Amino acid sequence: MSHIVIVGAGECGARAAFALREKGFEGEITLIGAEPHLPYERPPLSKSGLAGAEPPKYVAGPERYEEAGITLLTGASVEAIDRPRKAVQLADGRTIDYDRLLLATGARPRVLQGVPDNAERIRMLRTHADALAIRGALAPGRKLAIIGGGFIGLELAATARKLGAEVVLIEGLPRVLCRGVPEEIAAVVAERHRQEGVEIVCDARIAALEAGDNGARILFADGASRLADLIIVGIGAVPNTELAEAAGLLVENGIAVDETLRTSDPDIYAAGDCCSFPLSHYGGRRVRLEAWRNAQEQGTLAAANLLGVAEPVASVPWFWSDQYELTLQIAGLADGAATTVRRDLTDGAFILFHLDGEGRLVAASGIGPGNAVARDIRLAEMLIAAGSRPDPTALSSPETKLKKLLAA
Amino acid sequence: MSSNWVEVCAADDIDEEDVIRFDHEGRTFAVYRSPDDEYFATDGLCTHEHIHLADGLVMDDIIECPKHNGRFNYKTGQAKGAPVCVNLKTYPVKVEAGSVFIAIS
Repeated sequence: MSHIVIVGAGECGARAAFALREKGFEGEITLIGAEPHLPYERPPLSKSGLAGAEPPKYVAGPERYEEAGITLLTGASVEAIDRPRKAVQLADGRTIDYDRLLLATGARPRVLQGVPDNAERIRMLRTHADALAIRGALAPGRKLAIIGGGFIGLELAATARKLGAEVVLIEGLPRVLCRGVPEEIAAVVAERHRQEGVEIVCDARIAALEAGDNGARILFADGASRLADLIIVGIGAVPNTELAEAAGLLVENGIAVDETLRTSDPDIYAAGDCCSFPLSHYGGRRVRLEAWRNAQEQGTLAAANLLGVAEPVASVPWFWSDQYELTLQIAGLADGAATTVRRDLTDGAFILFHLDGEGRLVAASGIGPGNAVARDIRLAEMLIAAGSRPDPTALSSPETKLKKLLAA
Repeated sequence: MSSNWVEVCAADDIDEEDVIRFDHEGRTFAVYRSPDDEYFATDGLCTHEHIHLADGLVMDDIIECPKHNGRFNYKTGQAKGAPVCVNLKTYPVKVEAGSVFIAIS
């Protein structure tokens, strides 16, 4: 094998490129990204990266690509995969042959129907350029309306408040963080936002958005309306599967891969936000994760498997969110839980452990100031991975160290 | 290079296979006790995004950052892969009369 091509120069693609070298691959590596920047970390975009209007936080400096012998093509769009020829075609006419291909094409924001194209007063957040545009519109007294009470919307709300903007957050469901976050934790988050002056409107039915030179307006189904200087739509993401679909690869809520991240073409792998994969800890159910650590881990795993290792995905889903001084962390998938056990920590921090009908720990969700819950959530992740059935009383008692349960 | 031995805490204040935070003259350190009762010290902030390592998990010679899971060997300071690539500085440690001291250079 002499040439591995990676399409998508985000966290996942960049991590895969470096991991190939770390695992001893000596052939050619080409990493292709549509944005003009070096690969950068996206989590800061809704947090410190937005607040500070700083340059992107790069995954690695330019010298490291050179040292590793990685050909990085930025500002380059891949238009098609020619599977019979084993080549990718770029928008500028270039054709790049591959022996093996990794698709790390990521995801893009879900579009709200009826939103006018290119309206400067209505934005979404995915890229550094998006963050700069939003940052430029935020200042004390500016009115910001955020549509979507998920992590992006809430993190943006917290950052916007720090910058002094007035914020209304509009959610179509009965509460914020409806997907994958327990109600007790979502309630803490919502209350903290209200303390900071964020207005949260749930069960909202939006009829239309309008944008003009001086502002943007949300029109609700009940006839009410809201005027803002800027509207940000953050209603989830959809995987970038068009290249894979056009190439005839199997797609099922993302580019469908097996447990080794291999697509329906044995020479093409997919990893990160763009792919759905079977999760062994949850009976092999197919999931797609939009999470920073997943992108990293799958990039590294894909690199090994591109080189023939054939190692399965073994990690437990994990993600975090920072809002004000609070950090929320979740390990595992709680939707199959039968019972929940609460452990209270100091400073108002707490963790919910979710057990299935057989007493197996399937998820843990925690929230608290700073990193109050981090260590226990990390240990819970290991307990989940080990298929543990911990004693609920031990879980509920902060006196019981989870590390001891892991060793049991 | 001259070193100043600084008292951190009583040796028993650090649990086995655990870490504490120690701040001294504007600097922050992480001080570790291994399962076999050896003590180690490193800079206290992760080299990725300056998160306090003492909030992280110690296991098998590794300190893992609580925020982004950057890993270091706490005995050598060596970064163990993405997202961290810069090693931690380590400091000599001694235990005398039941107290832990680190040498801050």
